[in-house]
Amino acid sequence: MTTPSPLGPGSVPAFSVSEAELAGLAGRLAHRAEDEALLEVAYRILESPVGRLLLAATERGLVRVAFEREGFDEVLSGLAQRLGPRILHAPWKLDAAAAELEEYFAGHRRQFGVPLDFALSHGFRRAVQQRLPDIGYGRTMSYRQVAELLDRPGAVRAVGTACATNPLPVVVPCHRVLRSDGGLGGYLGGLEAKETLLGLEGRAVAA
Amino acid sequence: MYVWPGAGPHVFPPGADYGVMTMMPPFDLAVRTHGATVLRVCRAVLGPGPDADDAWQETFLAALRSWPDLEAVANLEAWLVRVAGRKAVDVLRARQRQPVPVEELPDTVVAPASDADGHAAVWTAVAALPERQRLAIAYHYLGGLRHTETAELIGSTPEAVRRAAADGLRTLRDRYDG
Repeated sequence: MTTPSPLGPGSVPAFSVSEAELAGLAGRLAHRAEDEALLEVAYRILESPVGRLLLAATERGLVRVAFEREGFDEVLSGLAQRLGPRILHAPWKLDAAAAELEEYFAGHRRQFGVPLDFALSHGFRRAVQQRLPDIGYGRTMSYRQVAELLDRPGAVRAVGTACATNPLPVVVPCHRVLRSDGGLGGYLGGLEAKETLLGLEGRAVAA
Repeated sequence: MYVWPGAGPHVFPPGADYGVMTMMPPFDLAVRTHGATVLRVCRAVLGPGPDADDAWQETFLAALRSWPDLEAVANLEAWLVRVAGRKAVDVLRARQRQPVPVEELPDTVVAPASDADGHAAVWTAVAALPERQRLAIAYHYLGGLRHTETAELIGSTPEAVRRAAADGLRTLRDRYDG
């Protein structure tokens, strides 16, 4: 954050601005953007037992939960293209979602109540994702069972894809979907995260 | 990692179908990437304090309003610096029209809000420079605009801009060496 002086060292000092000042300015800007209805997507970062999570919301509700391994900058540019580029760090817009997640990670919450926005998924994938909360806390289903639940017994692979592209992991519990042989299957947040979540819910899972 | 195109021209092929959405990057990234430069420009013109902060806010609000339409802007930082410069000069002119009893900005101007890094005093020193030197430093040295463009903006010549920036920087250097 320093501007090197062309006059040589020890001459003109850095024209410094501090990170704290910039963060304060950006916060005020986000409030004004909200007041002027210029905020399309608000986001914040949350520390969790499965690493840092990015939470993003539209006016309709929580629209994205992302794991750090997905690359937060990549995630934000994906949201810009699909939902609109007026994206700002506005943590207060995600206070309710963050509080529910913190309660969940502390073992004090079994289901989520914040409004969800499924704008990032469509068709059968969205149908699968919207049914996943029916798999209760601490329970699991196989990809095949989920396909049958949706009256599409042949769509096992499509269920796998729906889980793999779940825009709202943790909150929409795709971690509760396992392979028919009890194997973990895959997870966007990494298998370790899937194990952590299942362990938190009281399920010991053989990797 | 995202490659931010602000540093150089980024060209979107004309007529390409991007659907309803724009290809603009997240606005948040623009704030993180260019926030510091814009604040330096505002402070160089107005001194550290609420006026510079307001100019910064107005600059980014203007950018946010037009954000989806800024695809055609080849150099976003230069665009922001020009807007910030105009906003800051507007405040400056308004100050000059209704002169509050301002003491000839001496060495003891208002202490900047935060001196956490021990360098905040530089802004006080910049504020004490003649206006032409402050503007040359703001647009060219801190904002990265070319001499020619800076000259157009402040109604001067490239050579005068070059000299004003150099004179201003020399004064700052003398102050800090002395």
